[in-house]
Amino acid sequence: MTGKTLQTDSEGRLKHFLTTEGLSQSLLNSILDHAENFAGVADRPVKKVPLLRGKTVVNLFFEASTRTRTTFELAAKRLSADVLNLNIAHSATSKGETLSDTLRTLEAMHCDMFIVRHANSGAAHYITTQVAPHISVINAGDGRHAHPTQAMLDMFTIRKYKGDFTPLRVAIVGDILHSRVARSEIHALNTLGVSEVRVVGPDTLIPKDVESLGVHVYNDMTEGLTDVDVVMMLRLQRERMTGALLPSAHEFFNRYGLTAKRLAAAKKDAIVMHPGPINRGVEIESSIADSKRSVILQQVSHGIAVRMAVMAMTMQRFNDEGDS
Amino acid sequence: MTNSKLDFGAILKQMATELTERIADYEADEILMIGIRTGGLWVASKLHKLMKLDSPLGELNISFYRDDFSTLGLHPEVQPSQLPVDITDKHILLVDDVLYTGRTIRAAMNEIFDYGRPASVSLAVLIDRNERELPISADVIGKSITLKPGEHAKLSGPEPLALDITKTG
Amino acid sequence: MGIIIEKGRVIDPANQLDETTNLFIDKGKIVAIGRKPKGFDTKKTINAKGMLVIPGVVDMCARTREPGFEYKATMDSELAAAARGGVTTLCSPPDSEPVVDTPAVVKLIQQRASEVNKATVHVLGAMTKGLQGEQLAEMQSLKDAGCIAVSNALLSIRNSEVMLRAFQYAHSCNMTVFIQPNDLDLQNNGVANEGAVSTRLGLPPIPETAETVAVSRALLLIEQTGVTAHFCRLSTARSVDMIQQAQKQGLSVTADVDISHLHLTDMDIADYNVDCHLQPPLRNAYDKDALIMGLKSGVITAICSDHQPHDQDAKAGPFSMTEPGASTIEVLLPLVMHLVERKQLSLTKAIAALTSQPAEILGIEAGTFSVGADADICIIDADASWEVDRNDLSSMGKNTPFNGWSLSAKIVHTLFKGKTSYQAK
Repeated sequence: MTGKTLQTDSEGRLKHFLTTEGLSQSLLNSILDHAENFAGVADRPVKKVPLLRGKTVVNLFFEASTRTRTTFELAAKRLSADVLNLNIAHSATSKGETLSDTLRTLEAMHCDMFIVRHANSGAAHYITTQVAPHISVINAGDGRHAHPTQAMLDMFTIRKYKGDFTPLRVAIVGDILHSRVARSEIHALNTLGVSEVRVVGPDTLIPKDVESLGVHVYNDMTEGLTDVDVVMMLRLQRERMTGALLPSAHEFFNRYGLTAKRLAAAKKDAIVMHPGPINRGVEIESSIADSKRSVILQQVSHGIAVRMAVMAMTMQRFNDEGDS
Repeated sequence: MTNSKLDFGAILKQMATELTERIADYEADEILMIGIRTGGLWVASKLHKLMKLDSPLGELNISFYRDDFSTLGLHPEVQPSQLPVDITDKHILLVDDVLYTGRTIRAAMNEIFDYGRPASVSLAVLIDRNERELPISADVIGKSITLKPGEHAKLSGPEPLALDITKTG
Repeated sequence: MGIIIEKGRVIDPANQLDETTNLFIDKGKIVAIGRKPKGFDTKKTINAKGMLVIPGVVDMCARTREPGFEYKATMDSELAAAARGGVTTLCSPPDSEPVVDTPAVVKLIQQRASEVNKATVHVLGAMTKGLQGEQLAEMQSLKDAGCIAVSNALLSIRNSEVMLRAFQYAHSCNMTVFIQPNDLDLQNNGVANEGAVSTRLGLPPIPETAETVAVSRALLLIEQTGVTAHFCRLSTARSVDMIQQAQKQGLSVTADVDISHLHLTDMDIADYNVDCHLQPPLRNAYDKDALIMGLKSGVITAICSDHQPHDQDAKAGPFSMTEPGASTIEVLLPLVMHLVERKQLSLTKAIAALTSQPAEILGIEAGTFSVGADADICIIDADASWEVDRNDLSSMGKNTPFNGWSLSAKIVHTLFKGKTSYQAK
């Protein structure tokens, strides 16, 4: 079973959200359209709609992430769902059987949706194949593979600022090798029809045959940023700065840090994005992060609307017609 | 099959008159008309014009509040709710096209109360099918009809408004 | 107690035999081909008309999971699976629990195998104690106990000096070293071939060089020490090239390939198919074709199952967290015949790569119909047409990447030392 058929039903509607790969342009657009509607909920006196009332959403986090968990939790609560947060320590002894047992236990508690974060690629796919048919799974990040809601909130942000995707040149900068965000963004951007996606970084952080995903590779930062409309900076994990992948954080900033000088190569109205949290002075200069061209904080608030949209869409059950 | 016998121009005028009577005692800025998307909003915008109301027209999209979400799903094409002013202490004229089971009105009232605490809510509907499943009735009714079993009524519009009655099964 | 296998197409590559004839068996041995010997007392006749009759398959690598992993599989279950796959001789690698680094473990495995008595099990001894890659194992004692070669199995020796000493010592014991080439540092935490598939799926990659650097290091140490070496489970085109060069140079090196790598590529991982999680990883189509070419050209002379039965839990979970390996012993021969049907390999070469040639590498008497040889025989219906069903496997390991495959060749009868070890219903 491929991810494509795993996450959509026979009519092509979203049942699980595991990856942006293989979804149609119209489906990605409808996620963005729905998100637009849900964005308004945050401006109301009661920041809540009863759409998922009585549903139980489980944040199943095998890898700690306060930020992502919080936005999912907030999104679920704004849809009136009950939220259960499970942080399952990811130890060397926690093997497949533990995972299966955990799923069985949660199913017995009549949960309706699993938001899954896991250090291993394919974990959300695996869980999707294991759960009862009424349960929807949303991937909140699996290993290096995918982080589709992060990618969609980035698409939402780009659409807000740029409108049409088709003329856009987008550069994704930094640790492409380990980045699930980059992979999901590349698939989403290409499906939405941008004119070019570039990845910028040293060879040690660019995965082999990445061109097969539909990108151009640049080792030089200034060349990579020339004439782009969107600069997407990636987070560089601390552990990458030691060992054989990079000499040091300092050297990384020297080559790939986003500075005003480098940003000058991009289009005048280019926006700067970052999934957060930022390592100031490693990935990005503070003056840029805090400048008008940075849309980093907007990304965060868009995250809730996009996650509400995806949760609502995957929880739709199409049986028969209702009445007015 | 279209029921063209209904003269909506006359019906709307009659409704506007009745509504104007109901709100005679209120100040102009205490009144807020809200149409339920999509058909109710067509009716509301006509009534709003006929009644020459000063306050802007509110739009309600109740799809986040439906009790049949789990079977019917989301409608991406429907625009979100837009209530132009704070509704607290307002006298609300809620307008819908067809009153059938009453579930739409229930959802609409739930949504309205998430925006604030109105002074009162009156309901005006163009068509009342007399088949309520909830204890909800309209204050102002354009036309009351009774359908035969298996018949469905749907308003098309906005120009011209027409009631389509179709038979299924 | 004579048995005649009648009118089958008898193929014995070691003796350049391929003809429709009769095979005569007495007291567990081949006594004649063609004409009935004088005084032959026919007790049983097996009609093999329209069937292929070949020497029992010699599988260079199959894990019975005994001792230590009986929750995955047992000697009983896996030798039954072997018999069903037409395998009458198999070679068991040393990574059991305990590791095969003492004569006692060798004896234990041999004893269990003879109790079950459905195939001959040869044991590979550990090259280093506990397969830790630090201290040499007692190779001579292992040889005396019956080990036919030494190997460090899937755990490569990291330290080049230890590898050098292991080769030198094995050479002095006159033992062949079996090497599964893998540079652990280059493999890192990788689980899939480095390329478009691992990039798309975000699976930690294993570069081709994890294998080729290890082949190259081993070849230089083989040259230095003069040890006889066998390379196990080649997976890349470059490795085949390097082995070919070494053979041309006159080094005493042989190589095998496992059946999965002749049929599958990393594309088959598709969306995290854990049954395709193998070690070495499935490579690309170019590598797969090069491995088949290597068999054709004679650089690679044996095809094995690399049978690794697993319990369900071992294969439950995200791809990286599952254990590598596939349950393949029952489909080894049908899948090799599948290559023959698709004209990728000649029938003679295919049978030789399953019988006489692996026997030659192992230095054992097996895989032929020479008069006096053990009557290890496999009878095949080449046009049976059947579908692989994981739940129908005799092996306790249901982890086959070939589930649902339509195959033609089916084993109908296996004889081990003249006794029926498997017969199709």
